[in-house]
Amino acid sequence: MKDLLAARGLTRRDFLKVCGGLAAVMGLGQAAVPGIARALEQAAKRPPVIWLDFQECLGCTESVTKSRYPDFLNVVLDMISLEYSEALMAGAGHRAEAKLKQSMADNKGAYVLVVEGSVATKIPSAMTIAGRTSVDIAREALTDAALVIAVGNCASFGNVQAAHPNPSGAMGMLAFMEQEGIDTGKLVQLPTCPVNPVHVTSTVSYFLTYGKLPEVDQYRRPKIFFGRKVHDECPRRAHFDEGRFVEVLGSEEENQRWCLYKMGCRGPHTYADCATVLWNNRANWCIGTGQCIGCSEKDFWDELSDFYAPMPGVAVPGFGGIRVGADTVGIGLAAATGGAIVAHLAVSAAKGRLGKNDDGTVAEEKEA
Amino acid sequence: MAKVVIDPVTRIEGHLRVEVEVENGKVVDAWATSTMFRGLEMIVENRPWMDAWHYTHRVCGVCPTPHGHNSAMSLENAAGVTPPPNGRLMRNLLECAQLLHDHVLWFYILNGLDYVNVVSALSAKASSPQLKAVQDRLKAFVDSGQLGFLENGYWDHPAYALDPELNLQLAAHYLESIKVQAVASEASALFGGKFPYHMSTPPGGFASVPHQDQIDQFEAKVREVKGWIDSVLVPDLMAIAPFYLGEAGIGQGHGNYFSWGVIDEDLEGGDPYKRLFPRGGIFGAFDGNLGVQQVDHEADVREWVTSSWNTQYSGALHPWEGITGPDFTGTEGIPEIDRDGRYAWEKSAHLKGVPVEVGPLAQMLMAYLSGPADHPAKKLIDDTLAAIGHAGNPAVLLSNLGRIAARVLKVKIVGDKTLDYIAQLRANMAAGDMNFYTPVPDKPTGQGFSGWDAPRGSLAHWATLDNGTVKHYQIITPSGWNFAPRAGDGRIRGPVEEALVGTPVADPERPLEVLRTLHSFDP
Repeated sequence: MKDLLAARGLTRRDFLKVCGGLAAVMGLGQAAVPGIARALEQAAKRPPVIWLDFQECLGCTESVTKSRYPDFLNVVLDMISLEYSEALMAGAGHRAEAKLKQSMADNKGAYVLVVEGSVATKIPSAMTIAGRTSVDIAREALTDAALVIAVGNCASFGNVQAAHPNPSGAMGMLAFMEQEGIDTGKLVQLPTCPVNPVHVTSTVSYFLTYGKLPEVDQYRRPKIFFGRKVHDECPRRAHFDEGRFVEVLGSEEENQRWCLYKMGCRGPHTYADCATVLWNNRANWCIGTGQCIGCSEKDFWDELSDFYAPMPGVAVPGFGGIRVGADTVGIGLAAATGGAIVAHLAVSAAKGRLGKNDDGTVAEEKEA
Repeated sequence: MAKVVIDPVTRIEGHLRVEVEVENGKVVDAWATSTMFRGLEMIVENRPWMDAWHYTHRVCGVCPTPHGHNSAMSLENAAGVTPPPNGRLMRNLLECAQLLHDHVLWFYILNGLDYVNVVSALSAKASSPQLKAVQDRLKAFVDSGQLGFLENGYWDHPAYALDPELNLQLAAHYLESIKVQAVASEASALFGGKFPYHMSTPPGGFASVPHQDQIDQFEAKVREVKGWIDSVLVPDLMAIAPFYLGEAGIGQGHGNYFSWGVIDEDLEGGDPYKRLFPRGGIFGAFDGNLGVQQVDHEADVREWVTSSWNTQYSGALHPWEGITGPDFTGTEGIPEIDRDGRYAWEKSAHLKGVPVEVGPLAQMLMAYLSGPADHPAKKLIDDTLAAIGHAGNPAVLLSNLGRIAARVLKVKIVGDKTLDYIAQLRANMAAGDMNFYTPVPDKPTGQGFSGWDAPRGSLAHWATLDNGTVKHYQIITPSGWNFAPRAGDGRIRGPVEEALVGTPVADPERPLEVLRTLHSFDP
């Protein structure tokens, strides 16, 4: 073990620090450190990770390289073997492609595939690398992977390029794997735009620790990250409950950090743990200076837009702390939304405390 | 003649295929092909106008901040809204944090491996315990046999010129830079919520009110990054420059340069000619024309689709009338291109009828040649030229060397100025100015433009609104200028294609020099 650590340029103390950091971000507590340490130690080789970029903006690579807890450098030099990444690798052109081919062959069925970006299905040549379409590359790479991590909303759901009219036919991994008949049991999707690096490192270390994927929801999102609503963990939540709302951006009410629901915040419709893990090494989060637009959700650009108007169907407390039941802002629920969004609109904030919405729908917790 | 195809070009943002023809050890012709299309300009149409800045923000995850700012400012322009001075100040601070992150990342992570030989660093005589520790760590990594992303580099290429000791020093700083750029992005998040994709500057200004702890933390993080830039990045540039002076003769291009300008000094009116990096264009520098001309965003800008997989139209269009629509006519997968036909997804933007280079070199040239007499760019550039033995000869900067130096010197200026803007924010708030946002109309109708440079060059958004809905939207990115394919009746090469011509290639199997010219543009 000592040799192995030395080979990775780590002292035992450094190593346990990394494990401790991982335990912390996973919310597992220090008791889990020995287990994580054992799991990492048992891997004689650093697990091979192939990172593919399709229709993207590189924002997820940007996001992950900014991880400090654990430190991105530790991840790349000590925890994994990053076999291929267009953004980081030294070689280019056919040398880069040779490395990809070699690594996929050497590690067939055993590599972790990270996908950033969507595949272009309607116009296959709207996304090509080395003379091949993203559809071709993805089909092969997904098939032979042990584990697939779709980072960001593009790889998960197609993100903004899949919004109407989706000119290129952008498609996320869950839909693509289903279409191609590739086992989705090995897929984890980590939407948000960009991906939160905490979700990536925690997913990898969970897999290394327990030898299986964390429990996922219908969209293959780990419930440990996406099982709770932004609204339910929001530090501004008390203001919502007491009926204190920001009515003008940048106002004194905003200075007091009152609730942004009336400014269009999508926290009540969005499942993600942003309020607790925060962003950029816990520097801040969207609701800290702006608002939530629902970037962890499928099709949020189409389904949750008019981002600066409050979503209809949310039961809102009245002013002065008197709860007056639902505030049916704007048009009615059924007219405003498609079926997919109804689950979101059934806001648990109302359940048991605010009663039925004005339009008669009962607010209920989405199956998490 | 040898045909060399680089696909993918790695260590860039986006997806790029480059084909060059090599004769007698030099590139004689080049074709740049963007290999991705998403159609965001089509997608943002018919959306609520206030939302547009979130959609178009997503064009680039490496330079998201200026996309967000340009979109919000073009929408403000269309809606007849003027943000308050504090709103402009917050945008300055977010833009500075973006730049501090971007140029550090570019110098080491994207561009660095073209000049710094990691394998050579292993045989260096480490001059300090810190460098020894880095060397041991790299050795352990190499000895593990799992070289990963460092495998298949061009480590045996004769164009690597640094000695092992300098390679080790730069390799150590490569590793450090990862943390430094993360700290800069944490500063972005303090005022933006997160990075990439801040949430705080919609049309109207700054949506929140910064709290004391946020300002203090922002300043602390900026000081940390600025200190590193001054004590590590700038000295690294000066340390390696003498070994790579040959790059001063490579990658010249057309000699036309252009910047929309970036970072407001005029907080009331936002005059683009008074920006920290002012607006302007230079045409025909290699003919001795270094005069800076004003740029009219309506009369001077046109986009061609001569070589583009875009809906075809005759002539060139201004973005107000611009058409974006996919029309792929190549071979599926793009295994080859039609050199004489249409061969790229990118359109071709021309300024005053010619292709122009954009980026930090252009930004620094405008500051150097048209900025006020006390502009920090003047002394920095003059001192740098003197240090590399070219005092009074800024023409050597019109090259790969100049692009690299310009980025480093620019981010040094940005680091210094960020502290000034923070001081100004504190002073405004102390004087009782708590106005960060101008309320916007519900359903504006009108046309709006904003040109505000991204880290990698000129970026502009043009928005047309009708009763609160986006009717038409066009964006010209830095790549729309630099990576333009051939365009116009004369099929004139784009700036990067032109800059590649003349680039030496010692070994067509290992086209390291081509990558250097490409990376100097930070695609």
